[in-house]
Amino acid sequence: MSARRIFARPARFAAIAPYVWMVLFFLVPFGFVLKISLSQTAIAQPPYEPVFDLMAGWGALKAAFAALSIDNFKLLASDDIYVFAYVRSLTVAVTATALLLLIGYPIAYGMTRLPTRWQAVAMVLVIVPFWTSFLIRIYAWINILQHDGLLNQILLALHLVSQPVVWLSTDSAMYIGIVYSYLPFMILPLYATLAKMEPVLEEAASDLGAPRWQVFWLVTFPLSLPGVGAGVLLCFIPIVGEFVIPDLLAGSNSLMIGQTLWLEFFTNKDWPVASAAAIVLLVVLLVPLLLYERLQKRQLEQVR
Amino acid sequence: MRKISRLSRFNIASLALGLAFLYLPILILVIYSFNASRLVTVWGGWSLRWYHEFFNDRAMIEAAWMSLRVAVSSATIATLIGTLAALALSRGERFRGRTLFSGMLYAPLVMPEVITGLSLLLLFVALNAERGFWTVTIAHATLTMCFVAVVVQSRLGSLDRSLEEAAMDLGCDPVQAFVAVTLPLIAPAIVAGWMLAFTLSLDDLVIASFTTGPGSATLPIRIYSEVRLGVKPEINAICTLVIALIAVVIIIASLASKLSSSRGESAAPL
Amino acid sequence: MTDELPRTDAAADSVGDTQFAAGEPLLRIEGVAKRFGTFRAVDGVSLDIKSGEFFALLGPSGCGKTTLLRMLAGFEAPDQGRILLGGKDIAQALPHERPINMMFQNYALFPHLAVRDNIAFGLKRAGMARADIATRVAEMVALVKLDGLEKRKPDQLSGGQRQRVALARALARRPQLLLLDEPLAALDKKLRESTQGELMELQRRLGMTFIIVTHDQEEAMTMASRIGVMRDGKLAQVASPRELYEAPRSRWIAEFVGDINLFDGESKLRDGHRLVIGTRDAGALVVAEPREPVGAGKFSVAIRPEKVKLSRRGPVREAGHETAINQLDGVIADVCYLGGTTTYKVKLDAGGMLQASVANSARLDVDAYGLNQPVVAWFTPDDCVVLPS
Repeated sequence: MSARRIFARPARFAAIAPYVWMVLFFLVPFGFVLKISLSQTAIAQPPYEPVFDLMAGWGALKAAFAALSIDNFKLLASDDIYVFAYVRSLTVAVTATALLLLIGYPIAYGMTRLPTRWQAVAMVLVIVPFWTSFLIRIYAWINILQHDGLLNQILLALHLVSQPVVWLSTDSAMYIGIVYSYLPFMILPLYATLAKMEPVLEEAASDLGAPRWQVFWLVTFPLSLPGVGAGVLLCFIPIVGEFVIPDLLAGSNSLMIGQTLWLEFFTNKDWPVASAAAIVLLVVLLVPLLLYERLQKRQLEQVR
Repeated sequence: MRKISRLSRFNIASLALGLAFLYLPILILVIYSFNASRLVTVWGGWSLRWYHEFFNDRAMIEAAWMSLRVAVSSATIATLIGTLAALALSRGERFRGRTLFSGMLYAPLVMPEVITGLSLLLLFVALNAERGFWTVTIAHATLTMCFVAVVVQSRLGSLDRSLEEAAMDLGCDPVQAFVAVTLPLIAPAIVAGWMLAFTLSLDDLVIASFTTGPGSATLPIRIYSEVRLGVKPEINAICTLVIALIAVVIIIASLASKLSSSRGESAAPL
Repeated sequence: MTDELPRTDAAADSVGDTQFAAGEPLLRIEGVAKRFGTFRAVDGVSLDIKSGEFFALLGPSGCGKTTLLRMLAGFEAPDQGRILLGGKDIAQALPHERPINMMFQNYALFPHLAVRDNIAFGLKRAGMARADIATRVAEMVALVKLDGLEKRKPDQLSGGQRQRVALARALARRPQLLLLDEPLAALDKKLRESTQGELMELQRRLGMTFIIVTHDQEEAMTMASRIGVMRDGKLAQVASPRELYEAPRSRWIAEFVGDINLFDGESKLRDGHRLVIGTRDAGALVVAEPREPVGAGKFSVAIRPEKVKLSRRGPVREAGHETAINQLDGVIADVCYLGGTTTYKVKLDAGGMLQASVANSARLDVDAYGLNQPVVAWFTPDDCVVLPS
């Protein structure tokens, strides 16, 4: 009997607590989101009906089931506001992820070129901002980007512009904020795959007659694709549902779906529509989520 | 002379620009928190005025206290359960529902916070739970235990399994082998996991906004409502304090990981 | 790619020190040095390699042999010195500009490319026509006997197959010089031995120039026509395998290449071409005078274990040994049976320990010696090498 098998049983016990926790607080809540997305708004506490009351008996429960409808989804599909919000979320996420890849790749690649001791330092330097508060980092940019902020002061001092440029409440500000916040998520998986790659492969390519740029495109880049995939998904999925950054930095004339959901929930108190919006968002993200899941599992298998 | 150098000028430039981009905004924020002027953009000399303002702001202090309590308790729960999850994932053989299990642990890492927050709130409403400290704590623990699981699991994966086998060969039963050999070796990762959970909880706005109740706002919620009204020097001071707190946490975490591990990257959160 | 180079007409002289026949060598290394920080990895190496040679760089790890090889491939630029290939200085040329290819230690096969594409990689870079590439790849696949595996990825191959792909990939461009960095280190013993033979065969058939780096002296001796032994960044000796083994230039080389018995002593007497050296551990030893005459002073007498013969002591003495001049009495202190040979350690009455390696020419152990058995160890003066202490 291998030692691993002896270990299997305690490990199975170890799974019980996290399993129960995640089912209860991650999986089951989605059931509630689904149910409420099929309910109607009501001016009550909680602000929706029907309310399932297990105490009310079978008949009442059946009546409650019958009251469920897909009206909220019809609303989402017919109202331009929501459709635009989904489209905008996806466009923003695609653009921002592309920007992140363009900016993050050279940094990750540069890191792997450092002497080993400095690589660890660079790694820490990239991770540290990830530990500091998300909100604070966005706020830091508001400081810089506001009408009389540092950026405009510098631009004016250098005579690059004759009057302050409007940065806040624009898409550029939002992209700066997204790139700034998600950059470590892009760099880290890229760095991890690039660092794992043996430099001797690049040497072999150049020994076989490939000049530097060919070495990169024919060997380095193809071999870093798993990292590219992980980085892209790690950024893309949360950006689609991003709320804080567009809310604080972008203009209010076109909203992303995260903002719409927030608005429906907190301002309009329309819980059923907010739930329906969440369900649709989840469905939109299902494919990238499954891809991400597979990638994670493959990585896990490699480790084992 | 042409030299084959591994570090090209392009590499250096991209590194320098990248790091400047990551750090300058935070640096500017910290500097301006010591600005005496009320106008955020005019430099009025060094001063601790806004720190005074913060410490006299009862609502802010209360929110900060709430955030700290939530962060400590949720990080502790997350570390306990997340470590168990990591063990189950990396040591357990196939068990029923393993795919679902790993899926549930990885999905929250990327799941948009609005969805997680909304779904948890609806659960709490359905359970008729009183919203406040405990609901936020549970919500944060749910999110952060996944991060803990990933951190601990990557350390477990890089661990030489023959160490445990050696311990058992020398007479430990599996549990003893775990306590005597594995646990000390993954301890830095567990500490790093706790720190990460702590800072993530301290940082979170969206999930806390959904799951908290009236009268128990966390610090990010308060900061957010202030920021929406525009830049205030006091916020700079609060942010600087939070950054300082997190810096201390990071230093402790990196010291902890240095203590026992020879591999530099083991403290990496991802 | 440059094609044919002027070949030197001199036959590879196997007792080559660094004397050269007329004509340019293919590769000339002149006073090459490379430092990493304060560490002198390669410290003033000069070496000529003729076309068609199979040259081995041998040395312990850290001796600079790999750095020297990497400078030939272009991965490191020398701090000093010149590297001339066919008369042209290539010391500062980038790797992809050199008509030199390398077979890497762990093969460095591109994991994302199939066997075929790995082999074709260098050909595509050379701008070869598509049809020609296909022909050349097929040729290479046949050459290294990889038929049927062209579409496999490297991780679907066995260690031996990967080694062949690496070889085919490096040979495909028909380089003027092929560098092999510990090419067989990852293979198990049996496979290594058969591959050694194949490599030699291939080198002869293609008439190419190979430089191999290895720490395995047996491998170097088997394959190379000339061996350069490196130590601390310098070439300690460049010689044919036989010369290296039988006439090492220093104590260190003698000990590094094969097993050897060493006795320190002082020269006492000169008798024609014989020299008598008094040693502390083995008494007086008569040795042949070395080629380069030596004066008086301290020396080490070196003798290979297989040159030492053993006989029983007692009334019945075996033929031959009466005439041998060096006869040392002792008892067997240790017996190590190795199959083909048995290694005995003889505790000499004079105090020292002598190792003798005896071929097991009979299946039954009639010739074997037992522990504590008194024996005579004997060898001729010509079997001894005198080395400066």
